[in-house]
Amino acid sequence: MFKDITIGQYVDGNSVIHRMDARVKILLSILYIILLFVIDSIALYAVFGVFTAFLVIISRVPFKYIIKGLKPMLYILIFTAVINLFVTGGETVLWQSSLWKGLKITKEGLTIAVQMVLRLVFLVIGTSLLTLTTTPIMLTDGIEKLLKPLDAVKVPSHEIAMMMTIAIRFIPTLSEETEKIIKAQKARGADFESGNIIKRTKAMVPILVPLFISAFKRADDLAIAMDSRCYNSGKKRTRMKQMKMTWIDAAASGVMIAFSVFVIIIQRF
Amino acid sequence: MIDAKNITFTYDEEEPKKYVLKGLDLHIKRGSFVAVLGHNGSGKSTLAKTFNGILLPSGGTVYVAGMDTKDETKIFDIRSTAGMVFQNPDNQMVAAIVEDEVAFAPENLGVEPSEIRRRVDECLETVNMSEFAKSSPSRLSGGQKQRIAIAAVLAMEPECIILDEPTAMLDPKGRSEVIKTIKELNKSRNMTVVLITHFMEEAAIADRVVVMNHGRIEMDDTPSKIFSQVEKIKELGLDVPQVTELVFELKKQGIDLPSDIITIEECHRAILEKLKKGTKND
Repeated sequence: MFKDITIGQYVDGNSVIHRMDARVKILLSILYIILLFVIDSIALYAVFGVFTAFLVIISRVPFKYIIKGLKPMLYILIFTAVINLFVTGGETVLWQSSLWKGLKITKEGLTIAVQMVLRLVFLVIGTSLLTLTTTPIMLTDGIEKLLKPLDAVKVPSHEIAMMMTIAIRFIPTLSEETEKIIKAQKARGADFESGNIIKRTKAMVPILVPLFISAFKRADDLAIAMDSRCYNSGKKRTRMKQMKMTWIDAAASGVMIAFSVFVIIIQRF
Repeated sequence: MIDAKNITFTYDEEEPKKYVLKGLDLHIKRGSFVAVLGHNGSGKSTLAKTFNGILLPSGGTVYVAGMDTKDETKIFDIRSTAGMVFQNPDNQMVAAIVEDEVAFAPENLGVEPSEIRRRVDECLETVNMSEFAKSSPSRLSGGQKQRIAIAAVLAMEPECIILDEPTAMLDPKGRSEVIKTIKELNKSRNMTVVLITHFMEEAAIADRVVVMNHGRIEMDDTPSKIFSQVEKIKELGLDVPQVTELVFELKKQGIDLPSDIITIEECHRAILEKLKKGTKND
């Protein structure tokens, strides 16, 4: 049951977006998010929606993956909508409760509620488009490269990326191990399925303890194996796979920047 | 290649009784294939770890290609000269993609990207794993993972490869894959191989067998000479290969066979000859 978990949610493909350099993709995603918080008119949200739909279409990621990303957000979306709808004060009252005068919907409240929901929806779609089209390894490599300038202020960019790589590497190993431990404990009569939430949480202890012990043992072995292969945390280290920016990245950056300028100009006037 | 001079080792300096290695000398020739045998706790893994500076001997000196392992300025030269493969295939993999795993060591050494690419392709070819270059190690079998681990060490272009019980966690099929790869390396590329093992059949294919007991070298000779001393081997808490055991038992029954038989083929031939002679005499 654990073996097929993929970290992140990469969908293999060869679209223009898949072929973009991870660094460019990360930077443009950040720009996308900033823009999202700059705009505040319904018309611009519509423009944004069209642009996002365009991105989804050219990425050729099946639509169901986008929906899947939104599903866990459902309650947060409803909650945000409801709070904004009723709490925002305003002049134009659209509806007022006959029982309690304080409970009312105003035009301003409605606008803000719609905007907040759209903002969150686009935020999720935009960021999942990044993780759906970039492998975790490419992502960590991209992050490492982007953090590199921060080495000057003692941010250990290589170590951060190495930790992320190792974490990704060990997810399948540790989930297999968890599965084995669960089976072993079940075989000795442990019960993980019945009882209330406290009881079930307590039942996790006999899984976690052996899992932690073995994780430490693995870490120890890995450290020795890395030492044996001359690991020296980033000093004079080279990489086999060089990141290369192509015309796709230039074009994508051009499109994104043009779009941002367009949005900001409209927003201003 | 590797020269250990009167080395001692303890994990606990205050408790001199607990010495794991109690003063041993070992010289490993370039291009040789040495198997190190010993029961659990005989110090064989500890000995292996002193060969590339992972552990420094408490007393005595280890030289790798003339370099003292205590010399910190040379540590990367030492480790890239004497590569090491460990027991657990899962715990020694760093990367989530096979080719990145093989690239790890040359990347650490600061090798040029195009040269790393060449080495990765060549090393994967050597261990016969080229078709898996882009896959994730978690989907491979134990034997395949261990071959990747060997390729990952070969990418440093070492002169010597030390394997610390590389087959202990594998099934018989994976075991034979790995042993075949190691043998091939020694024969065709003249790579010095030190194989720590507790499988007698694996030790039998080496040029030289070193038997350890309580931190000392107890026996040191060719496999056929070692395994013909069945009683002594058993005294040390070890087994002999099945073939040797068979020959030993047959000899006890008064059947005259050469005592230096260690492979199935040799045994087959010797018994067949005996049987033929036997029928003639009757």
